[in-house]
Amino acid sequence: MKKFLIPLVLFFGLVIFLALGLQRDPQAIPSPLVDKPAPAFSLPTLDPAAGAFSPAEMQGRVWLLNVWATWCVACRQEHPLLVDFAQRHQVPIVGMSYKEIQPQDVQAQGMDANAKLQFARERSQVWLSRYGNPYVLSVIDLDGRVGIQYGVYGVPETYVIDKQGVIRYKAVGEVTPAILASKVLPLIQKLNAS
Amino acid sequence: MLAELGHFALILALLVACVQATLPLWGAWREIAAWQALARPAAFAQFGLVALSFAALTACFVNNDFSVSYVAQHSNSLLPTVYRVAAVWGGHEGSLLLWVLMLALWTAAVAAFSFSLPQAMVARVVGVLGWVSVGFLLFILALSNPFERLLPAAADGRDLNPLLQDPGLIIHPPMLYMGYVGFSVAFAFAIAALMAGRLDAAWARWSRPWTVVAWLFMTFGIGLGSWWAYYELGWGGWWFWDPVENASLMPWLVGTALIHSLMASDKRGNFKAWTVLLSISAFSLSLLGTFLVRSGVLTSVHAFATDPKRGVFILMFLAVVVGFSLTLYAWRMPKVRMGQAVSLLSRETLLLANSVLLVVACAAVLLGTIYPLVIDALNLGKLSVGPQYFNAVFVPLMVPLLVIMVPGTVVRWRESQWSELLLRLRWVALAALGVGLAAPALAGEWSIGAAFGFFLAAWVVLGSVQHMVLRWRQPGQIGAAYWGMQCAHIGLAVVVAGITGVKSYEVERDVRMGVGDVVTIEPYAFRLQGMSEVKGPNYRAVRADVEVLKNGQPIDRLYPEKRRYFSTAMPMTEAAIDTGFMRDLYVSLGDPIDGPTPQWSMRVYYKPFVPWIWAGVLLMVLGGGLAAVDRRYRAASPRTETMPTGVAPQGGA
Repeated sequence: MKKFLIPLVLFFGLVIFLALGLQRDPQAIPSPLVDKPAPAFSLPTLDPAAGAFSPAEMQGRVWLLNVWATWCVACRQEHPLLVDFAQRHQVPIVGMSYKEIQPQDVQAQGMDANAKLQFARERSQVWLSRYGNPYVLSVIDLDGRVGIQYGVYGVPETYVIDKQGVIRYKAVGEVTPAILASKVLPLIQKLNAS
Repeated sequence: MLAELGHFALILALLVACVQATLPLWGAWREIAAWQALARPAAFAQFGLVALSFAALTACFVNNDFSVSYVAQHSNSLLPTVYRVAAVWGGHEGSLLLWVLMLALWTAAVAAFSFSLPQAMVARVVGVLGWVSVGFLLFILALSNPFERLLPAAADGRDLNPLLQDPGLIIHPPMLYMGYVGFSVAFAFAIAALMAGRLDAAWARWSRPWTVVAWLFMTFGIGLGSWWAYYELGWGGWWFWDPVENASLMPWLVGTALIHSLMASDKRGNFKAWTVLLSISAFSLSLLGTFLVRSGVLTSVHAFATDPKRGVFILMFLAVVVGFSLTLYAWRMPKVRMGQAVSLLSRETLLLANSVLLVVACAAVLLGTIYPLVIDALNLGKLSVGPQYFNAVFVPLMVPLLVIMVPGTVVRWRESQWSELLLRLRWVALAALGVGLAAPALAGEWSIGAAFGFFLAAWVVLGSVQHMVLRWRQPGQIGAAYWGMQCAHIGLAVVVAGITGVKSYEVERDVRMGVGDVVTIEPYAFRLQGMSEVKGPNYRAVRADVEVLKNGQPIDRLYPEKRRYFSTAMPMTEAAIDTGFMRDLYVSLGDPIDGPTPQWSMRVYYKPFVPWIWAGVLLMVLGGGLAAVDRRYRAASPRTETMPTGVAPQGGA
């Protein structure tokens, strides 16, 4: 009897480790940009009347940078969470509309740079008025160059940037209530206190 | 509407699976024939419902129904139709649906082709498969529903991952899943036999063709995956010891051991406990593979979106299924009568050595795959286990395996003589040694590693050829299974030769090239003739035009591309390959390099013997096919079953 029990015992040993492994986040490989200064940029915003925005303007405040686009399905899924977050907390969220115009956008074909910017603004505004606007402002990164500097490889992405303009946290993909509660909020409180 | 229909069909399938998992088993236990008879119709009904559900999801993809969240995330209106169909299994939810579809297909096949089996046995086997199906359907419906709506609908989809937009990837997952899931049949047979308390030769006989078919699909699936990685990832590598690759290799290794062990149990009634354990392990490893891939506990190039609840569910399912099976095993096995003793040199012993080596190899792969997880769980840091480890442990285990392959087909059952074996194989051994010594010299530089690899390959091929010639001269009909075995063995030898050749003689050049530049790998030269822009249905690409010359004569033109799909920021390389009998010439285009004259980084590879790897895999698949269609599996009439196993016709396989 005993020798036939060996496989069972071995298997449950394996299961215990797999269960422990599940508690871990294999994706939590630190981004090279974390704890580095947020790359500087100057980009136009959704508001045509306002001037260009650059991260230096947020000096002295803890803020979030959220990369999004109207074509991004996951952004729409995370959006209500951001809207709710913006209402509850005094933390400015800056949006970055990333590559709003995709090469397959037929309407935008043949437009010049200005017309494209205008088109992106209009479409983004419509989207924000429909789903709510959590952003204090949203910059427009049409060609994605700034995105590359930030190492964007999937939209949405969310960055926590501290008072000195240093990236302290980066979430790739949808922000979930769990990430907000366990990572983002405690971090923001800590950063605000310092 | 279609999505709701598919969802509804899936719910009905779960209900049918519940019936299938309970009543026939109860009927088999209580000997109620009417309840046992429910097994077959339940299996067919479930297959119909799951197929309907799968068809509904496919239709959503083909119709570009972006109000279905899963479709919106994995398809795009610009995606060509064939890839829209393949996109059905391009993500987590759809792959699970494919998994369940395969399971339903296998179950229906068992129900359809098992008229020679006692009804109680069919009821048990189908019932056990029903339990697996209940688990997966619950998982899909509760945590991974592919039919979830996205309202309001997305204007367009996010597109299928460009890496997956490739012909190889259209059929790789279905083939691999056929294999993964196919091991559930051998598993169900083993559990059914344990439940019945009858581990006789008939059980092993019934399991064999099913196991071989699952194995051949798995072999084909793994081969396809490797081929895809080779030409699509643009690094020229064909095996990366990636956790997801390992997840498919492990059940394959155990499945291979199972095929051989089943033979001993079928023919001689030996190793029943071991065979049952292998049957349980092969399927458990399939489930474990599903867990590793789908739960996201391990990161890999296959990294899929993850959800912790999913991981917990699969782990619990794994614990229940495997825990139950192994408990049943520990409870029932002590009562089973073991086979007769055998001498040290006998086919039984060599078959046992074969399966032990394969299982140890699997354990080594398993260890390397989950070691990072264990270290992380013990808070000892994050690390990864690289190819060095796997090569260092895997290769030494394969060497004795290849060495005993030839005597394993030659020696007799029960007892054999060393002198007889040596006498028979001495010329084969000498000839193989000659090939081993000479082949590296012909292929290029002589090295001990290359010589040894070619020796092993030649040993297996020559041993098989000798065996076939001798067998052919003997009177009597030769079963298809015999040819299948030899074909698969030779296939493995061809793979070994291919791996030896490419590992020993490949030349890789990472260069920067402008138009007109030439790279030489004797006797070949590659000249960059020009660059152009091309437009595909859903991407734009830069295409290089590379002329290949051999001894100054142009032999081919290669067009490697760097594609930029509209849907993602990541550029994709599309390597161009000139395949010959003995070698591949492989060119992949890198990034442009800034400078006064435009230049591009390029990878130019000379890959000798690589086509042999795929050719060998195809031979193995062909061998599996031949073995599976052998007549004796179909003609398992009650008369042959009651015959003492020793008198059963000896096909040699």
